[in-house]
Amino acid sequence: MKKTILLSGIALFIITMVACEKMLPPAPKDEEILAGTIPGLTPQQEHEHLVGDIAFGKIFTPEQGLGPIFVQTSCSNCHAGNGKGHPTNVLTRFANVNGSIVDYLLSKGGPQLQQSSIMGYPAEVIPGEANVFSKRMAPAIMGLGYIAALSDASILANVDSNDVDADGISGRINYVNPTSFFIPQSIHIPNGSQYIGRFGKKAEKVTIQDQVVFALKQDIGITSDFDMQDLYNVQAGINTGDNVTDPEVSASFVYSLVFYMRTLKAPTRRNTDDPDVMAGENLFNQIGCNSCHKSTFVTAQSDIEALSNQTFHPYSDFLLHDMGQLLDDSYPEGNAKGSEWRTPPLWGLGLAKDSQGGQLFLLHDGRATTFEGAISFHGGEAASRRTAFNTLSEQQKQQLIKFLESL
Amino acid sequence: MKQTFLFLLTSVLSIQAFSQSDSSFFKRIPTDTSKLKMNMDAVYNRPFLQMGKLPVSIGGYLEANSSYFGTDGVSEGLSFQIPRMTIFLSSTIKKRIKFLSEIELEEGGKEIGIEFASMDIELHPLFNLRGGVLMNPIGAFNQNHDGPKWEFISRPISATTIIPSTWSNVGFGVFGKYGRNNLVWAYEAYLTNGFDDKIIANEENRTWLPESKKNPERFEESFNGIPLITAKTAIRHRKIGEVGISWMGGVYNKFEEDGIVIDSKKRVDAFAIDFNTTIPKINTYLNAEWVWAMVDVPDSSPPQFGNKQQGGFLDIVQPIVRRKMFGWENSTINLAFRTEYTDYNVGTFKETGENRYDHIIAIVPGISFRPSAQTVIRANYRYHWQKDLLGNPPSLTAGFQFGFSTYF
Ligand code: HEC
Ligand code: HEC
Repeated sequence: MKKTILLSGIALFIITMVACEKMLPPAPKDEEILAGTIPGLTPQQEHEHLVGDIAFGKIFTPEQGLGPIFVQTSCSNCHAGNGKGHPTNVLTRFANVNGSIVDYLLSKGGPQLQQSSIMGYPAEVIPGEANVFSKRMAPAIMGLGYIAALSDASILANVDSNDVDADGISGRINYVNPTSFFIPQSIHIPNGSQYIGRFGKKAEKVTIQDQVVFALKQDIGITSDFDMQDLYNVQAGINTGDNVTDPEVSASFVYSLVFYMRTLKAPTRRNTDDPDVMAGENLFNQIGCNSCHKSTFVTAQSDIEALSNQTFHPYSDFLLHDMGQLLDDSYPEGNAKGSEWRTPPLWGLGLAKDSQGGQLFLLHDGRATTFEGAISFHGGEAASRRTAFNTLSEQQKQQLIKFLESL
Repeated sequence: MKQTFLFLLTSVLSIQAFSQSDSSFFKRIPTDTSKLKMNMDAVYNRPFLQMGKLPVSIGGYLEANSSYFGTDGVSEGLSFQIPRMTIFLSSTIKKRIKFLSEIELEEGGKEIGIEFASMDIELHPLFNLRGGVLMNPIGAFNQNHDGPKWEFISRPISATTIIPSTWSNVGFGVFGKYGRNNLVWAYEAYLTNGFDDKIIANEENRTWLPESKKNPERFEESFNGIPLITAKTAIRHRKIGEVGISWMGGVYNKFEEDGIVIDSKKRVDAFAIDFNTTIPKINTYLNAEWVWAMVDVPDSSPPQFGNKQQGGFLDIVQPIVRRKMFGWENSTINLAFRTEYTDYNVGTFKETGENRYDHIIAIVPGISFRPSAQTVIRANYRYHWQKDLLGNPPSLTAGFQFGFSTYF
């Protein structure tokens, strides 16, 4: 009897050890998630990516300098799973526009609203002077390294400001003033003192680092070596900031965030051999969606070898387009007007739901909850493409959407 | 401090080792099984050893286990832990005056904490005074958490992260009991120090009551001068089982500094219902607890800080073999199953009307072998679905745990 128990005990133990691996949850397929590194990184680069990943998920507390006013407590709270954001974390920028005079109300708490605050400190409210508002939902941040590694020349190649080719589409560059810490690289082509913006919904940021430093401060209330001026609520009184020593994060923290985003892989496509998807792609090109959502680019030489001379498929031209009245938020940024938006890359759209709580929230402020909805908001330069989409048969529309879902 | 303590501890343990050859020095105090024991009695209802003629009895328990877990395809490999070792010292100072302390070494001695150190004075069975460091009687697990009593290696999630077990504080209060035939009724009510504003200023990214445990100053002074009130009442019927309801409430923020009002008072309240019973004949043991926490979260906090949390667990333990095994009389083999649920953010998003998720669902089947009631060798498999605030596809964690826990 004793022996039987002992033997069955041992047998059970062996079985569980063997079954072990099988009874642990499997890894989601690479193509199902917006995480992972670009191919070809060295082990050291993989490690640095991991350090940045941790920085990206870091939750800031008041003791570490959060706020005192802020929108969210970490990057990953808005960019959940590196994917698109959720309406609950939409941020608001505001300004006073009077004819051609734009005042970002910097002395009144502009340009961005921080509706959250640390315990016992009042949150900001939009000052009465503001008369234009821009609501923004976080974009997915995959594949940014490829976009950052593009030469200005390859973006300029698609510019058609005066619509010389008469296709109704005139992509424009947003030339912006560089930040104090911007160091021009060989890819950059200045226009006087200004540089080409390629990040942000209105292409108002030249580099990933510009966006990171801005996000740390305006979204989380964190000062860094690149911006030592902490936020505070002017409505609560001058210099009523937190008492945490600035900078609240070091330059190396900023660099690891930048490195993380430069080395996040581009979303992997799914179902590319599905006939409907292939038909959808043809329709997408036929009706001219690709006039703006351009499929293919090649990177320039990069200091990260794995990003050099790489072909990638963002479905964007990184240029500003006038999208018509429905999408006009009257909020100018750099050279971009209220109705102008940078063509967003469409890659990763098929996985958007997985970071948006199972629903879709598309366009700059998340107003569209279906692909058809997003297309129906296309006006201005894109109006003819919207009309072309509407004339497709129901089946063709579904094929085109299947294609978008495969991205 | 830690060194001294460890030294004392090893000396005590070596005495005990020595005691095994000289059993006349240490006498095991028989546990009184005639009376109906309730969760509130757990602190005294433990095996104690009397050392010679010393007026102090000693006890304690150790937990050790190994685990192999993986989350979404990434495994941390095999690891070994001593999650805790606890020493109790108790003495009857005079008739009806008792002292008991429980000192816990967590994670291999990294942290040493006084879980419990209080004096009880019985004026009447219905009216006892208790003062010192005490375990707030919220739910059942907080007071009745000794490892060897459980067939599960991990502690229940709701009882450790909504109710921050083991949650003990400095304070005082009263308790009492009234029994008749098959029924006992009991109550407890205490005033203690309590929570602080770390419950919404933490790196957990959610309302997190356990964060206040990290503040050692709560043993020195109250964060805001307002005591935390904890009250519990429970009733036990010999055949039907025990039901308890409890409440704990106070203010967690600093609303005044040097006499200047700096904020409105923000409350934290927790409620719990606990139940346990043993089904006659088949001897199935059922143990359940459900807890709620309500927190006045400032309006200016981001949405991940929920103002309502809830969760609970149900344990089913079924003895399947009870007889002499390997020479131990009355050994038992039990099958055990736990289901648990913890929702850190009850409510909906004002922007979409959709549910705020941030919840965990877990199931834990297990098997245990008890050579005696004081010792358990147990193996668990855990599977655990965790959804983020937005309700994105859950992250899956599963793993095996194997270990023992024993009183000594
Ligand atoms: C409050 C929500 C929020 C937080 C927190 C936040 N972001 Fe963003 N992020 C956004 C929004 C909205 C945009 C679009 C900004 C714009 O249009 O100017 C954006 C844009 C970006 C972009 C540009 C992407 C592109 O395709 O142009 C990067 C890079 C980025 N964020 C990184 C970060 C990092 C790093 C952090 C943490 C330091 C962070 N974000 C924190 C909401 C957020
Ligand atoms: C004139 C350039 C242009 C054309 C042509 C165009 N788009 Fe767009 N598209 C944009 C811009 C700019 C946006 C972002 C608008 C905003 O955020 O408010 C956008 C957004 C989208 C989005 C939502 C992306 C997101 O991340 O939220 C989808 C889907 C989309 N376009 C599909 C299409 C399809 C399908 C076609 C062809 C019928 C098309 N677009 C044609 C410029 C264009």
